[in-house]
Amino acid sequence: MERNRWLLPLLLTPAMGLGYSVLSLPEHAQGLQHLVADKMEVSGVSNPVTAVLLNFRGYDTLLEMFVLLLALLGVWSLGGLSLRREAASDLVLDTMVRFLVPVLILAAAYLLWVGAHAPGGAFQAGAVLGAAGVLSLLSGWRCHLGLAPLPLRLALAAGPVAFLAMSGCTLLIAGRLLQYPPAQAGILILILETAATVSIGVTLTALFLDKQHPGNKDQT
Amino acid sequence: MNTAFFYALVGVGLFFLGLYALIVHAHLLRKILALNVMGCGVFLVLVALARRTGEAQPDAVPHAMVITGIVVAFSATALALTLMVKLTAATGRAELQSDERDPH
Repeated sequence: MERNRWLLPLLLTPAMGLGYSVLSLPEHAQGLQHLVADKMEVSGVSNPVTAVLLNFRGYDTLLEMFVLLLALLGVWSLGGLSLRREAASDLVLDTMVRFLVPVLILAAAYLLWVGAHAPGGAFQAGAVLGAAGVLSLLSGWRCHLGLAPLPLRLALAAGPVAFLAMSGCTLLIAGRLLQYPPAQAGILILILETAATVSIGVTLTALFLDKQHPGNKDQT
Repeated sequence: MNTAFFYALVGVGLFFLGLYALIVHAHLLRKILALNVMGCGVFLVLVALARRTGEAQPDAVPHAMVITGIVVAFSATALALTLMVKLTAATGRAELQSDERDPH
């Protein structure tokens, strides 16, 4: 406790400084809003956030897919988190998960589709898919039934690979990274978003997969 | 002061609340939670300041950054939790060893 005496004033000073600098920002700022609004017509979608994520700053999302993959490789190389459930199965939890997971998958598909013109998109859909996966894992579901390691790895790689392929094609055709032709931008973004949704959802689930031996499902 | 600044100040408050908890608590799970609270504070500041356009449509660029940030924060938390579980399994306690030269 002796050492904590100076901690509070030491933290309050920068807190007040940061608060003051936030308050002294201009009341109205346009930011990049008009720049985004001007280019919405050529972006292929009508939701500005999706346009920024997948079109104007597509390379952010490209790199993020690799950040997710790296985090997963880090978790797996440490042997994975184990959510092994020893307790007997819970009837309420099992029934709830059985009702919820299909609804969550449907909600993810809706979010993915609606992202083109309203709030939604690959990240939200992927997060919902991930929630469905983690919920299933928590209720004792194990993926050794029919889901072999190869499909799992393909699903994990779908997003990064789709982004890499798209970057390569646009680089060769348009000469710029992820610069889509305006006429096909909508469908190209939908393809990328679908691959990204699958990858994000599966990666978020796989982060919590008990993964002692990636090649051997019987161990889990 | 409009609502955007109110939420931005709440975000700053959350950030320092998290920083305080990060320093004070020794248990690693609390440290990971504190880091997440700090991250939420940053997201709140970004989203709040994006509302300053004065129009119905907020600035989309900070919103896109926050969406990206949330997913990265999730995966970083999972990595941190794995490291914590492995450390606990190896040393028997979920705390970092204090320095040898430390008088305590």
